[in-house]
Amino acid sequence: MTALLTAPAAFTTATIDYVALLPLFVVFGGALLGVLVEAFVPRSSRFQAQVALTVVVLVAALVAVAVGAVNHRGVTAGTAGADGILRGAVVIDGPSLFIQSIILVFALLAVFTYAERLGGVGSDTFTPMGAAVPGSAGEAEALRAGAMTAEVFPLLLFSVAGMMLFPSAGDLLTMFVALEVLSLPLYIMCGLSRRRRLLSQEASLKYFLLGAFSSAFFLFGAALLYGYAGSVYLPAIAAAIASPVSGLGGLLVPGILLIAVGLLFKVGAVPFHMWTPDVYQGAPTPVTGFMAAGTKAAAFGAILRFFYVGVDQAVWDWRPVLMVVAALTMVVGAVLSVTQTDMKRLLAYSSIAHAGFVLLGVTAVSREGVSGTLFYVLAYGLTSLAAFGIIALVRENGSEATHLSQWAGLGKRHPWTAGVYAFLLLAFAGIPLTSGFTAKFAVFAPMLALHTAGSTALVVLALLCSAITVFVYARIIVLMYFTEPTHDDVAVVDASGGTIATIAVGSVLTLVLGVAPAFVLNLAAQASQFVR
Amino acid sequence: MTSFVIPLGEVGATAQTATGITAYAWLLVALPLFGAAVLLLGGRRTNSWGPLFATVMSWSAFLVGFGILINLLGYAGEERSRSLHLFSWIPAGQFQVDAGMLLDPLSVSFVLLVTFVGSLIHVYSLGYMAHDPDKRRFFAYLNLFVAAMLLLVTANSYLLVYVGWEGVGLASYLLIGFWNWNPPYASAANKAFVANRVGDLGMSIAIMVMFWQFGKTDFASVNAAVGGANQGALTAIGLFLLLAACGKSAQFPLQSWLGDAMAGPTPVSALIHAATMVTAGVYLVVRSHAIFDAAPTAQLAVVIVGAITLLFGAIVGCAKDDIKKALAASTMSQIGYMMLAAGLGPVGYVFAIFHLLTHGFFKAGMFLGAGSVMHGMNDKVDMRGFGNLSGAMKITWATFGLGWLAILGVPPFSGFWSKDKIIEAAFIGEGWRPWVFGLVTMLGAAITAFYMSRLFFMTFHGEKRWPKDAHPHESPSVMTVPMVILAFGSAFLGLFLALGDRFATWLEPVVGGGHGAEHHPVLPIPVITWGTLALVILGAGVAWLRYWRDQVPKTAPAGSLLTRAARQDLYQDQVNEGLLMRPGLHLTRSLVFADQKGIDGAVGGLAALIGGTSARVRKIQNGLARSYALTMLLGVVVILGAVWVMQ
Repeated sequence: MTALLTAPAAFTTATIDYVALLPLFVVFGGALLGVLVEAFVPRSSRFQAQVALTVVVLVAALVAVAVGAVNHRGVTAGTAGADGILRGAVVIDGPSLFIQSIILVFALLAVFTYAERLGGVGSDTFTPMGAAVPGSAGEAEALRAGAMTAEVFPLLLFSVAGMMLFPSAGDLLTMFVALEVLSLPLYIMCGLSRRRRLLSQEASLKYFLLGAFSSAFFLFGAALLYGYAGSVYLPAIAAAIASPVSGLGGLLVPGILLIAVGLLFKVGAVPFHMWTPDVYQGAPTPVTGFMAAGTKAAAFGAILRFFYVGVDQAVWDWRPVLMVVAALTMVVGAVLSVTQTDMKRLLAYSSIAHAGFVLLGVTAVSREGVSGTLFYVLAYGLTSLAAFGIIALVRENGSEATHLSQWAGLGKRHPWTAGVYAFLLLAFAGIPLTSGFTAKFAVFAPMLALHTAGSTALVVLALLCSAITVFVYARIIVLMYFTEPTHDDVAVVDASGGTIATIAVGSVLTLVLGVAPAFVLNLAAQASQFVR
Repeated sequence: MTSFVIPLGEVGATAQTATGITAYAWLLVALPLFGAAVLLLGGRRTNSWGPLFATVMSWSAFLVGFGILINLLGYAGEERSRSLHLFSWIPAGQFQVDAGMLLDPLSVSFVLLVTFVGSLIHVYSLGYMAHDPDKRRFFAYLNLFVAAMLLLVTANSYLLVYVGWEGVGLASYLLIGFWNWNPPYASAANKAFVANRVGDLGMSIAIMVMFWQFGKTDFASVNAAVGGANQGALTAIGLFLLLAACGKSAQFPLQSWLGDAMAGPTPVSALIHAATMVTAGVYLVVRSHAIFDAAPTAQLAVVIVGAITLLFGAIVGCAKDDIKKALAASTMSQIGYMMLAAGLGPVGYVFAIFHLLTHGFFKAGMFLGAGSVMHGMNDKVDMRGFGNLSGAMKITWATFGLGWLAILGVPPFSGFWSKDKIIEAAFIGEGWRPWVFGLVTMLGAAITAFYMSRLFFMTFHGEKRWPKDAHPHESPSVMTVPMVILAFGSAFLGLFLALGDRFATWLEPVVGGGHGAEHHPVLPIPVITWGTLALVILGAGVAWLRYWRDQVPKTAPAGSLLTRAARQDLYQDQVNEGLLMRPGLHLTRSLVFADQKGIDGAVGGLAALIGGTSARVRKIQNGLARSYALTMLLGVVVILGAVWVMQ
């Protein structure tokens, strides 16, 4: 109401810093180009063209981020109002740049796993024809004709663009648009698995339905906050909380919490986590890896921006809720991972537990909390990409061997693969000298710095949960090394250089971020200042 | 960037920048780590020269350690603490963690023990593992262990100690399970892993409380901050450190894994489960002396844990017929002595470490002797199938005998100088404590004499009870030479270090004085010394009557209630199962139940999908998405409701 009643001031042109926005333009443009490629490039060279285009676009976007990071920061695509409150749809600041760049790195690593063909025409993991009914004659015909779903590459780029926009959104509407832009392509990609297609489609549908449900919560929350503050811009909401209008107070907390539901759904926090195991299991493994890494990074970026820029004045209202959610998330993720028998499902529960750990960094409400969160999502993403990269290669008769019993004795026949996987599991567990340890340290430390009983109790709980998860991962290591193989056909397939490069980069960085993390931690610390 | 002159607590010594060879202390960790990396990454190409290379790396680390010792001896006592800043490890806001090393008399003592005994065991393994097809991997793990152990003892902060702590745990796990084709061996490895995890959890919580209280974890800052800290936090830190020590050092109530850990190759038992890793708990307590001195409750807990374990291990040792398990029980008991001494405060620290060193030599020597016996007896471990091996294996018998005399505490052998001092120290104090703890240590000495003599006589004396196919023979010299060197240490190391209070003076700058003159035991010292000796002779005499003079049955007799209990490790496993495992299982089961009903029904549904019964699947599928959404809605309602109620 207030916004409508103020007399329209002189028209101010929106300031748009095109250099700062360049990475987003590059990725969106690349995705559109990919659609054209899909339509016009002949099938024989389409796959190569898509992969090359995607890689070039991602590298160009990375360069653009690097260029922009030097001196193009601040609020862009918006205006500075007369009241001194910056109203910008897109905000490019330290956390945005950090998350944008790590998402681009994740995507670059993921592209190579997407492009794994194993000697076939198109990607090995994606169905030749998504629209065909599983097991139908149409599907068989598509396979014979050499069809392929090369459109996963533009879909990936669209999703990446959404992920990059998500943590940079300066108002709730942009944030919502970004949320949908990142989610919709993911829903489709989840349903495109070549094998076990019904499982994949079920996962896709569930993800879509529940995602739509959570989006509704987000929108409802945004509406309530608009009612409260008269604006959807985060700084304006912050200003409204600082000088509250009487009578509207009841809208604030429900608004914050409903938006939180929408955001927490994306990271898989309890009790909004139920989609995670099904979707992780059903989605094609490269998609799962990308989702685990990218969605978490983007969503935690958005969570940080919303809570730190928009409603940090109301910290006493939302922090207890986030702490309870963090506690539940850690416990449920850790305990339920104990009983899993499917590798992808197990990592799904592990990702839930990790989301709980990262939430500790968020609830710290300090710059150290921000840098800890940024570091954690980076470390977790790299480890996840490598781990899912390996899962995609362990096969029995051509299809992925995701049941734990199929991994028995893998260490004897494939010592290198099993060794790297064991190392990645140790990183998930947070054993020292892996990035997992540094990351946990980086989010626990700011929590301890609060010096309150609740925060300390939460850290103790986190330690207990880490201890539980160690058993889970140790069980797999034992399975791989100390158990006699029961499935003789399980083997690690010969992967292309791209997949191996992804696994290698992920694993090496997991080690580097454990042994010498100072450089990246300092980078995260420098990037931990939000612009308001 | 870093201030190099750091106050080291109330003791008064300051750690100065390392110079000379001490500045190269990082080589201690780097050399064996390099060895492990070469062997593991090099693959089969290194099969031929790998084991030798690993041995050379281990000896090189010893030379570096020796160089550091010479370097430090060149300074006056108070200047022997040297710090070495490596790099800034985790700069997380106000929590800055640097990776650095602290070379002081305490850590250098450990460095020398670990590298010297470790290198000898490398040499011994060249012979012992000669016919193992996978010995390259074995030597890689050994090197990995040495590197992790050296990191543990030279780290300058608790956080870096934790890294080494996990590292030795990992290496120990790999080595216990080395012969993993044997399922019981692999399960033994798991048991060790679980017990160690419980301990490690204690360590991580202790570190966390330190961060919370002091904002730092390096020894210098923590020691300096102890003065102003609140008592509750210090006690908590102390107790959690003790829990960590119990896990690693097989102390009550986490001791059950050590006996099973004997499944690993014997050199591993000698190195890790006798001489070095299992003493890490004692190191941790002594290193944290500032904390324990300021937290009397935690300190008392240390003494009690030590006292219980020393009796526990001794009783279990009396009933074991497996030579390695008997030695393991003895190790547990001897570490109990060290732990007890470490809990006595400044009067005990020196002797805890002193006994740790002498024990490292004689126990490693005896384990290698046991390995030599097994080598000659087709890998049999049941002592009831040995007897009168002294003739067939003269060197093994002699070296083992010196270790036996040392552990009994017979003067002038090593154990006498260290163990007798612990017993004296246990008698110092006021009220009930000196009487209880003093008498426990004396009683322990008597039982030790009994079970060690039993072991020695059953193996080397009495009559032959060999299996028919046994042809005992002496081991090759690559195995006997390390045994001879360790036996030399068993005999004379104690005397050498005790003469003129050499070791006490050496360690004093780190742990403070307090030994000797100003404290008086509640009993006169000669009474303690002679009384202990009399008890030792009594124990050995009983063993002589039963296991040398009398016939030893080839199969174990039923035995008394106590014997049967001792054979079962005093029912420790059953207790653990009842107290820890069952509730844990029930908890998981109830969660699994919830999981199957509420969440994981999806797996069933998904499995059915693959099966292809689509009609039924569609029903499940719809139901599930709905129930998922319902859970979300419920979550939202509960959160909003809770917030509404609170406001």
